[in-house]
Amino acid sequence: MAWDWSYTWSILPTLLKGLVVTLEATFLGFAFALVVGMVWAVIRRGAPGPLRTAVVWLVEFIRSTPLLVQLFFIYYVLPQWGLVLSPLVAGVLGLGLHYSAYTAEVYRSGIDAVPKGQWDAATALGFGRLETFWRIVLPQAIPPTIPALGNRLIAIFKDSPLLAVITVTELLQQAKLLGAENFRYLEPLTLVGVIFLILSLISSRFVRWMEVWSEQAV
Amino acid sequence: MTGLLHSVTQFVATSWGVLEVLVAEGLPVTLAIMAGGSVVAVVAALAAGLGRVSRIRPWRWTSTIYVEAFRGTSALVQLFWFYFALPRLGVTLSAMTVGIVVLGLNTGSYGAEVVRGAIQAVPKGQWEAATALGFTRGQAMRRIVLPQAALRMIPPAGNLLIELLKNTALALTIGLTEITFRAQALRSETLDTAEIFTVALLLYFMLAQVVSFGMRRAERRLAVGRAGYPGGGGA
Repeated sequence: MAWDWSYTWSILPTLLKGLVVTLEATFLGFAFALVVGMVWAVIRRGAPGPLRTAVVWLVEFIRSTPLLVQLFFIYYVLPQWGLVLSPLVAGVLGLGLHYSAYTAEVYRSGIDAVPKGQWDAATALGFGRLETFWRIVLPQAIPPTIPALGNRLIAIFKDSPLLAVITVTELLQQAKLLGAENFRYLEPLTLVGVIFLILSLISSRFVRWMEVWSEQAV
Repeated sequence: MTGLLHSVTQFVATSWGVLEVLVAEGLPVTLAIMAGGSVVAVVAALAAGLGRVSRIRPWRWTSTIYVEAFRGTSALVQLFWFYFALPRLGVTLSAMTVGIVVLGLNTGSYGAEVVRGAIQAVPKGQWEAATALGFTRGQAMRRIVLPQAALRMIPPAGNLLIELLKNTALALTIGLTEITFRAQALRSETLDTAEIFTVALLLYFMLAQVVSFGMRRAERRLAVGRAGYPGGGGA
């Protein structure tokens, strides 16, 4: 057996330090995606024609090009235009922007699911369009989308190792460094896989539980 | 004004040169991974998707383990594991093999859930009718249920193929000279960073459009003669 347990235990603390960075990037990226995705969703819903068309194409563009190339663009091109970012900030922006295309889609389905009558009723009560949207439609549209947003969070978590390519020392990068240092990749990389597996299994069970719970609440 | 015009012309000219390099030297590898990966993905998705609804336990269990393992970890981690860690266990594969098999299996694990969902969405009555007509379970699956489920699989399968296309960029990390690899190499040679990554993004975008166009055609073709689908017959 090629597996070395004492090596495994010795690298675990360093890997967990990488995991902290991974989780940081995941949650910050998710927060960014939640906000930017809402901007896209609002523009698609209410903005005049040309702006709406531009955003529809932009979202389609972001969603159908590789996150890795987007990260390279943010990390290498923006400094040329005077915006120098640390690897972690570039990574968070990249993750957030990429997944804003997906959260926008989730929001849209939530907004479309609110019955037309809600808009009509709000208009009849003298609410303006924007006020109706913020105070009547959104509070009804968001709760049912929480499980879908949870799945996006898990997807961001699973895409966060891409940040290793722009030198963020998250979990995978940490494993790579350990592997190179000790000429043993088997243990660190397997541990990374196991950590990802455990965390995403737990979180997808949790999302599944929320789905059942929200169906019962309706 | 002329200054701006000059820099725009320059940007376009440089971009054109970049496009030629990426298409000539990167695109073939991207397309090879994409083609091989799609085949692996379709086979794995069907095998595991059918396995998940099968009554044969070992098949069901293997399928579940495969789907959970590949969906639960990250595509990049999988590439690294198969390329850097697996040799330690005595299995050494070429970078191209790892790229095609791992990215294909990754997409296939999501595809398996699409296959399973589509099969389960076929009304129970179809199974009962097939049983009443004397079909075995296997025959009913092959000749009654799968053909109906196939149409439902197409739109999500199209999205997964685009995810596979996006994932081919990860292959640069194991040294495959696909589009993103060429773009990175070109960046260190010429420093035309803005042009290079703009062109790379546009190239991927066009490829994705080709994939979704192809899938829409496939859907229309499969829908011929079906009620309730565009291109199908009336209800």
